[in-house]
Amino acid sequence: MQTEIIIAGFGGQGVLFAGQLLAYTALDNDLHVTWFPSYGPEMRGGTAHCTVIVSDEEIGSPIVRNPRAAVVMNLPSLDKYEPLVREGGVLVVNSSLVDRNPDRKDLSAIMIPANEVGEEIGDKRLANLVMVGALLQRLPVLTVEAVGQSLRKHIPEHRRNLLEANIEALKRGHALAAGEAVSA
Amino acid sequence: MAKELLKGNIAFAEAAIRAGCEAYFGYPITPQTEALEHMSKRMPELGRVFLQAESEVAAINMVYGAASAGVRVMTSSSSPGVSLMMEGLSYIVGSEVPVVLVDIMRGGPGLGNIAPSQGDYNQIVKGGGHGDYRPIVLAPATVQELIDLTVEAFDLAEKYRYIVVVLADGSMGQIMEPAELPPMKPVRKPEERPAWALTGAKGRDPNVITSIYIDPAVEEEFNLKLKAKQERIEANEVRYKEIALEEAEIAIVAFGTAGRVAQSAVKAAREEGIRVGLLRPISLYPYPYHRVRELASKVKAMLVVEMNGGQMVEDVRLAVEGRVPVHFYGRMGGVVPLPEEVLDEIRKVHSGLAVPA
Repeated sequence: MQTEIIIAGFGGQGVLFAGQLLAYTALDNDLHVTWFPSYGPEMRGGTAHCTVIVSDEEIGSPIVRNPRAAVVMNLPSLDKYEPLVREGGVLVVNSSLVDRNPDRKDLSAIMIPANEVGEEIGDKRLANLVMVGALLQRLPVLTVEAVGQSLRKHIPEHRRNLLEANIEALKRGHALAAGEAVSA
Repeated sequence: MAKELLKGNIAFAEAAIRAGCEAYFGYPITPQTEALEHMSKRMPELGRVFLQAESEVAAINMVYGAASAGVRVMTSSSSPGVSLMMEGLSYIVGSEVPVVLVDIMRGGPGLGNIAPSQGDYNQIVKGGGHGDYRPIVLAPATVQELIDLTVEAFDLAEKYRYIVVVLADGSMGQIMEPAELPPMKPVRKPEERPAWALTGAKGRDPNVITSIYIDPAVEEEFNLKLKAKQERIEANEVRYKEIALEEAEIAIVAFGTAGRVAQSAVKAAREEGIRVGLLRPISLYPYPYHRVRELASKVKAMLVVEMNGGQMVEDVRLAVEGRVPVHFYGRMGGVVPLPEEVLDEIRKVHSGLAVPA
C-alpha cells in the first residue's frame, strides 16, 4: 500500500518542513518513505511544494501525477493540484488564504482556516502543522500522536521552545477536521 | 548504524568522509551544493581539508595534485561544472592517480537549468576528456545506493588507480530517504601512502607522476597498459539490478531515477497482466552488455527509458544486435518522466507484440 501526499504553498509557509516531518514520522514507524522537494533559485515568496510517498514496500518513482492527497496552503496551489488528486482522495485547503471552495465533489475536501488557528495558538507560522493535523484526520496513514513523537525526537535543541505549540497545532487541525466530518 | 532520513547530497558527502576521504576541493553549483556545504562544515571539524576553489578548473587540478600525493580525495559538481573539469580528468587518467567525482546532472546543454537530467550519459560514460579512456561510472537510484557506491568508488579508484564517477541526476541530490551510513573509517596515515605516490622521496628514488609521453611508441605502450586495465575493469566490475524479469516478454532498461520511475511502471503493468521486467544497469562503464545480450534472446522486445534524447539506448542496441526491436522513451531538459507515461509506452510495445497467428 502506497500513499502519495503533495504539500504546496508559498515559499516560507513551511510546506517543505511539513513534508519532512511526515517523512521523519514514517521513518520512525519503520515505513518506506521518499520526500522530494521542488527546488529552484527563489527563496521566500516563490511557490514551493514537496511530494511525500509513504509505503510498506520499496518505493519506485519519487514523483506521481495523481497523489492520494493534496494539502494546499494558497490559491495557486489549489488551482494546480485540485484537478490532480486521485478520485476519492483527500484535499485540505487553507481557507485563510483561499477564497473559493473546491469544485470537485468526488474528494474528501476540507477547508481549514489554518492561519487564524495558528494565530490563536500564538503564531500564524503554525499553519503548516494545523494543516498536517487536518490531513491525518482524513488520511490516517500516520497518527497525530506519532507525528508529535517524531517532532519531539528530531527537533533541534535551539527550536525546542516551539515544540508544544507545534504539537498543539497538529491536535487543533485534527480536531477541526473531525468536527467538520461529524457535521457534514 | 540505524537508518536516518538523509538528503542525497548530504548522504554522499558524509559517506565519503566515513570512507576516509582526506581532502575535498570544489565549487558550488545547484543541484549539488548541499554536498559542498556539508564538506565545508565537517572536513575542518575533523582536521581534514576542505577548499572552495576559484573555479571547477582549479578544483579538479587541486584534486589531481592531492591524488598524486597519495591522498584520498574527491570533488563533486553538476553538469556545467563537470564540463569545466574535463581537461583535468583526462590528465588524471593519463597519470594513473585515483580520484572520485560525483556528478549530480542537471538540464542542458549550456547553462540549461537546475532540474534533474541524464543528458550527460555520453559525456561521462564514453570518456569526456581527450584521449583513449572511459572512467568507471556508477549510477545509483536510491539514497542508500548513492552512499554505498560512493564508498565503493574510493576502493575502485585505488584498486585501478583510475577515475570513478558516481553519476546521478538532480533528483537524487535533492531527495530525502531513510538510509544507513557506514561506520567512520580512519584516514590513512602518512606512512601508509601508496608506494607510487609523491611523498618527498626521502631515502628512496623519486617517483614520477606524469601524463606526457613524447615518443608515440612509448605513448602507445602506455595506452596498451590503460586498455589492459579497462579490460580488467570490464571483466570484474559489471553491476546491475533486475526486477520482475522472470518470464518477461518485454525488458525495460533504465538507470538511476529513470530506473525507479520504470520500476513503478513495471509494477502497474504487471497488475494489468503485461509480462514486463526491468534491468537497471548500475555500472554504466563497464556496461552490462553481456546481460542485455542474454535478455535479448529471452524477451520479444526491449524498451529503454532515459531522461535524455536517447543516449544509453545506443549501448542497448549494440548489445542486442538487432535480435529484438529496441524502443525508446525519453524526456529532456530537466523533465522527469512519470510512471504513467512509461506505462503507456509499455502498453504500446505490448500491443505491437500481439500479432495474431
